[in-house]
Amino acid sequence: MITAERKPLEELIDYVKPFKRILLLGCNECVTVCAAGGRKEVGLLASGLQMALLKSGSNIEIKQHTLERQCDPEYVEELVPMIDGSEAILSMACGCGVQQLATRFKDKPVFPALNTQFMGASERQGVWAERCQGCGDCVLGITGGICPIARCAKQLMNGPCGGSTGGKCEVSEDVDCVWQLIWDRLKSLGQEDRYVDIMPAKDWRSGGGSGPRKIIREDLAE
Amino acid sequence: MKKFEPVIVAFCCHYCAYTAADMAGSQRLPYPANVKIIRVPCSGKVDALHIIKAFENGADGVYVAGCLEGDCHFKNGNEKAARRIDYVKKYLEEIGIESERLTMVTMSAGMGYRFAQTATEITEKIRKLGPSPIKTAITQ
Repeated sequence: MITAERKPLEELIDYVKPFKRILLLGCNECVTVCAAGGRKEVGLLASGLQMALLKSGSNIEIKQHTLERQCDPEYVEELVPMIDGSEAILSMACGCGVQQLATRFKDKPVFPALNTQFMGASERQGVWAERCQGCGDCVLGITGGICPIARCAKQLMNGPCGGSTGGKCEVSEDVDCVWQLIWDRLKSLGQEDRYVDIMPAKDWRSGGGSGPRKIIREDLAE
Repeated sequence: MKKFEPVIVAFCCHYCAYTAADMAGSQRLPYPANVKIIRVPCSGKVDALHIIKAFENGADGVYVAGCLEGDCHFKNGNEKAARRIDYVKKYLEEIGIESERLTMVTMSAGMGYRFAQTATEITEKIRKLGPSPIKTAITQ
């Protein structure tokens, strides 16, 4: 999923201060799962903003709504009947959702309430860790299902650097050396030969090196 | 000027703190009428939203009363509540509300005296802090 964290309240207040009526918009997908921008967080932020603004002597009407997905135009269309009542939108979706709103509602200022972080997985309750960088040419089949692109600070493709000590990365003692993890896993699978194969220099064009990426499915696209 | 009487919302776990409140009543132990008790199935059930809404609606102080450590009827709801309280305290500071207005306390079902004492102490603490800045802003 895409993970995100709420921006500091102070920054959000600066965004919404010039307006009298705003729409605070949550998203039911990834940001709900990582407890950053779902219905509950919309309620918390609306109350927090309202109180902080009251303290500074201003009063803004905050309408709350949460869409099934902010990154799909079909769901964004739901906002059409209610959008006129608001002067601006504060979106609690990831950057994709914010941009979808800005594209659909050209005359409305749209502000992000979250800092979108990374594509991650849940390690345990309340902890999310980066697992994928969307490089467009997945190597997990060679690396025992553990990604050296997302989990190595240097994105090394052929084994660890000299900073790997006792299975930990030199970046931090809290970070596992991904190449140690890969080696341990390949060994337990009896696939050590995979480690010996040299991976060629990675072609980053599929990972965004050639500009913004797009997928077009001819059978689905209208 | 009218004397300030704080409004305090106490989220009390059914199995311990709420029963302790009952115990305080049975023992005829007085505690301030400022404390408005909301019974919850477990302190771990108290959401950040409940606490924030209490402040938004004019509470001067909020406390969550759960079971003693290791005695939660639902295993560890009280520990979850304590972590949540720490999280909400930071949010309160961000909003501009003193985090001292929110407290987590624990007690067993038999601690009627402790319930009355806690209610009195928290009421006095909030009385000293004065009205919540939100309440002040609303009345201005």
